[in-house]
Amino acid sequence: MADFWIILTGTLVAATCGVLGCFLVLRKMAMVGDAISHSVLPGIAIAFLISGSRDSILMLAGAAVLGLITVFLIQSLQNGGLQSDASIGIVFTALFAIGVILISRNAAHIDLDLDCVLFGEIAYVQWDTLIINGYDMGPAAVWLLGGTLLVVLIVIGLFYKQFKLCAFDPALAAAVGIPVALFHYLLMGLVSLSTVASFESVGAILVVGMLIVPASTAYLLTDRLSVMLIYSVLIGAASSIGGYYAAKWLDASIAGSMITVAGLLFVLAFVFSPLHGLVARYHKRRSLKAASA
Amino acid sequence: MTTYPLEVNRLTVAYQKKPVLNSVSFQIPSGKLIGVLGPNGAGKSTLLKAVLGLIPKVEGDVSIFGRPYREQRKSVGYVPQRESVDWDFPTNALDVVMMGRYGHLGWFRRPGAKERDIAMECLGKVGMADYAGRQISQLSGGQQQRVFLARALAQSANLYFMDEPFAGVDATTEKAIIQLLHELKDQGKTVMVVHHDLSTVQEYFDHILLLNGELVAAGPTKDIFTPNHLQKTYGGRIAMLQDFAAVPAGQV
Ligand SMILES: Nc1ncnc2c1ncn2[C@@H]1O[C@H](COP(=O)(O)OP(=O)(O)OP(=O)(O)O)[C@@H](O)[C@H]1O
Ligand SMILES: [Mg+2]
Repeated sequence: MADFWIILTGTLVAATCGVLGCFLVLRKMAMVGDAISHSVLPGIAIAFLISGSRDSILMLAGAAVLGLITVFLIQSLQNGGLQSDASIGIVFTALFAIGVILISRNAAHIDLDLDCVLFGEIAYVQWDTLIINGYDMGPAAVWLLGGTLLVVLIVIGLFYKQFKLCAFDPALAAAVGIPVALFHYLLMGLVSLSTVASFESVGAILVVGMLIVPASTAYLLTDRLSVMLIYSVLIGAASSIGGYYAAKWLDASIAGSMITVAGLLFVLAFVFSPLHGLVARYHKRRSLKAASA
Repeated sequence: MTTYPLEVNRLTVAYQKKPVLNSVSFQIPSGKLIGVLGPNGAGKSTLLKAVLGLIPKVEGDVSIFGRPYREQRKSVGYVPQRESVDWDFPTNALDVVMMGRYGHLGWFRRPGAKERDIAMECLGKVGMADYAGRQISQLSGGQQQRVFLARALAQSANLYFMDEPFAGVDATTEKAIIQLLHELKDQGKTVMVVHHDLSTVQEYFDHILLLNGELVAAGPTKDIFTPNHLQKTYGGRIAMLQDFAAVPAGQV
């Protein structure tokens, strides 16, 4: 059963992050995903200090708020004339550092250790079960991630055309009356939510991998946004499954192995993708040369 | 009293602090091709964006067919500068043209068969029907420009704003585009075009706006396209511009 729950958890993380990651990659905001995943740390710590428990709902709220604050601060610094990469770097390291202080200062009385926040503990998800009326409903993380995935799918499904146009041509989107800023913050809110939901299982650092790597791999494999979304989810799921067994085999970190597998899949796509891969490009160039010779 | 397709009153726009457009006022007549001319950085793109509410204005007001733009979105079509989007985006020509319909769909409706038909028809009008399924990065610059134009047509508007639709297109495409603009005009639509090539101004436009941070002059081309006004617009480079009308295109 342990295998099943761990793989399911990993796959849910991969699916949620895979969908959102596509939009981040296309909007050239991959690093904003990175920033959010780090700067939600103080939100989690504060929620933890207030409630004294790992009450997930409060943590989700705290993290989502911090996520939006992060995006807002980055935007403000940029509007103030700072380069975008510098703005991102300043905001997320500062917030992350505050989170580290909050957690380490209170480490004595709170059961939230930094390693777990950074790297997650997917191996333990099955022990933390959700119990309703005395019934064991299965791992709490699975419910949390399943719920998050559902929210993400509903929001993206309902507003697919808006998210797509905002990513491709925000000027036209604004001109036809789509509230571009609203959808920007909605996307960022969803990213924050999924980051926190994913967090206990894969940790703050590796969740970035799940956001960016499968989406970038999918980007190399197709010329359609809808297909890219599906591929991104499938690649994420394959990474979770492959990563899990690789970890077992190597006796290594599960989350780490999952992202490593995602990285390997990316390299494969980068080299062999029939559309944009190195090999395909090499062949195209050679056949062009042959034709002109 | 007639309502103009576009009426701009004392419009001032600034990025950060420096004003880019300074108290610009003009009206454009209905059913005409209107050229917007001025040197690089004159604020031509900024003018279009401010009219469309894409950047905040410091002062002034804009009305479109007598009403604020917010209430007239569906009667306005927009062709941004081609470089303003990422052409590596995973989508094809038909899909981009369908985006022109999104404004008519409201919050929840998805583009369907009807939008697809309209988009195909618009691609046909710009001679791009054969490229409907082509990934947009695999189109040439001129073909991308045509796709953008088709997308604007799909907006089925009465007033069009086009930012440099002739940039980087060959003579054939330019002819095809101008032909299309004339068809729009014949249907009673008004088209405002940012343009750079002074040698074709008299041939293409009924009416021009000369812009250089402020409005230098606006009116019918035959009255406004004079060396005097051009000098005011383009400043020192006038020697080259002096007798533009006399110099055939291509020798400039
Ligand atoms: N996003 C921006 N932030 C700050 N300044 C800007 C921005 N966009 C344009 N500007 C400045 O505003 C001025 C007008 O720019 P605009 O793009 O409207 O010129 P243009 O007439 O369209 O020029 P071109 O012929 O090169 O397209 C320029 O001086 C430019 O530097
Ligand atoms: Mg411009």
